[in-house]
Amino acid sequence: MTRIVVVSAGVSDASSSTLLAGQVAAAITRADATISIETVELRPLAHDVIDASITGFASPRLQHVHDLISQADGLVVVSPVYKASYTGLFKAFFDAIDQDVLVGTTVLLAATGGTARHSLALDFAMRPLFAYLQAVVVPTGVFASPHDWGSEGAGALESRVERAVGEMLSLLGGTGSGRSASDDIDLFSETMLSISDPRRD
Amino acid sequence: MTSMQFGIFTVGDVTRDPIAGTTISEHQRIKNTVEIAKKAEDIGLDVFATGEHHNPPFVPSSPTTTLAYIGAQTEKLLLSTSTTLITTNDPVKLAEDYATLQHLVDGRTDLMLGRGNTAPVYPWFGYDGSKAVELTIEHYQLLRRLWDEDVVSWEGKFRTPLQSFTATPRPLDGVAPFVWHGSIRTPEVAELAAYYGDGYFANNIFWPKEHYIRLINFYRQRYAHYGHGQPHQAIVGLGGQFFMRKNSQDAVDEFRPYFDNAPVYGHGPSLEDFTAQTPLTVGSPQQFIEKTLTFADYFGDYQRQLFLVDHAGLPQKIVLEQLDLLGEVLPTLRAEFDARRPADVPDAPTHAARVAARDAALEAPVSA
Repeated sequence: MTRIVVVSAGVSDASSSTLLAGQVAAAITRADATISIETVELRPLAHDVIDASITGFASPRLQHVHDLISQADGLVVVSPVYKASYTGLFKAFFDAIDQDVLVGTTVLLAATGGTARHSLALDFAMRPLFAYLQAVVVPTGVFASPHDWGSEGAGALESRVERAVGEMLSLLGGTGSGRSASDDIDLFSETMLSISDPRRD
Repeated sequence: MTSMQFGIFTVGDVTRDPIAGTTISEHQRIKNTVEIAKKAEDIGLDVFATGEHHNPPFVPSSPTTTLAYIGAQTEKLLLSTSTTLITTNDPVKLAEDYATLQHLVDGRTDLMLGRGNTAPVYPWFGYDGSKAVELTIEHYQLLRRLWDEDVVSWEGKFRTPLQSFTATPRPLDGVAPFVWHGSIRTPEVAELAAYYGDGYFANNIFWPKEHYIRLINFYRQRYAHYGHGQPHQAIVGLGGQFFMRKNSQDAVDEFRPYFDNAPVYGHGPSLEDFTAQTPLTVGSPQQFIEKTLTFADYFGDYQRQLFLVDHAGLPQKIVLEQLDLLGEVLPTLRAEFDARRPADVPDAPTHAARVAARDAALEAPVSA
């Protein structure tokens, strides 16, 4: 069974990021009802995320979310755009997650902002973050500004969501990057082998 | 003979006392450390270990100096480190310093090797911090040979070659100090400990137990792989920390301001969350005993338990009181750990036992 986790970093109640996350999740279910979807809101985890950035380990409930993500095939991430980028909470959440967890995971990027002029934050801020984490990032990102929630933009937003979800499911059905996070210790790395055989070069 | 060793380890930080609002001098911190070590012997602990740091706010940059000074004023206490920087110390100097200490204190010393916790330290000693793991391996391989072989010719990547070199003095009785390897992230260090049949120490302080279990289990498996014994016979040491008062609420109330301002985890999680999630106990002696005994459930029966007591700006008076409380529960801890310990789990390593084992091996008839 394909598993997708939706992470939303919206902070206000009735957050537009959460709204957008719901819209993406609904589109995934419409396309393939067998896919399991779990939605995670970061706001209730905000203190845990900051604690983890100080202590270097996750609280049990934050660890539970890390575990969900590490077992997921795909991830949908949604952040509001503040000051030209994703929010600090969004970044701190991904700072606190293990380095290799997203290797090979298919990630759909989405963001919301007060004006369409923020839309490139998806490609100039969010996309490099997930490239660094060696995820497979879906080509189409979904950005929603107030205009998109109105009657004029709604159709366009919906078609962008459909397109991004179509790309995501296609990637999930393929070979991906051929890589995934591994928890195994590599006994055959150069440094590991040099322990029992000091003369290696 | 002690099946399991108990002791304390110090980081040697000079931290502001958040209650008094004062910070002690380096001189006072160093003198306090000596007093704490002597107290450790008085209350019946087996081991005192000091960290090694080369930057403020830490004072212990010269561990063998301090340990020799303590050794001269103690009778039974085993003097160790937590950790000795195998990366940035010259293995030749390490071989000589610790062999000298071993002679001075009649074998009452071992050491724990580690990489240190700060990247800037490498260039201070002429090394490149991006090579930390490679330095650890090469330096230790050389240190091992300098102790185990009388004449060494050696060539490596990080140090000038040695030609027919003899490190002096030779180890006491021809048996080098026992070596522990401290690490919580790096599988190579666990592998190194396993390959040489050395001890493996997990600081067991800052993170949940799950972080340590994985590497300790890996070390145990690799220890068996290299033919030193069964996995449960590998030599494991653990850290821990506590703050005790007879009444558990008193312990919580008194320790909270120190916890909340502590350099490592202060201004982060609550005391309650941190004690629930990590091996820290803040409470009554009974709570401390119960939590400490669970360590053997998680990590297997082990050989050395060290506690961090002097930290977070706690005044010396309170540190000494904490040690008195530790001394009171020590017989219970020893008895409880011994009661659950299978007979084939090795005792904690000592110089005398290691010399006896070496002699027994030499006398054993060669089998066909």
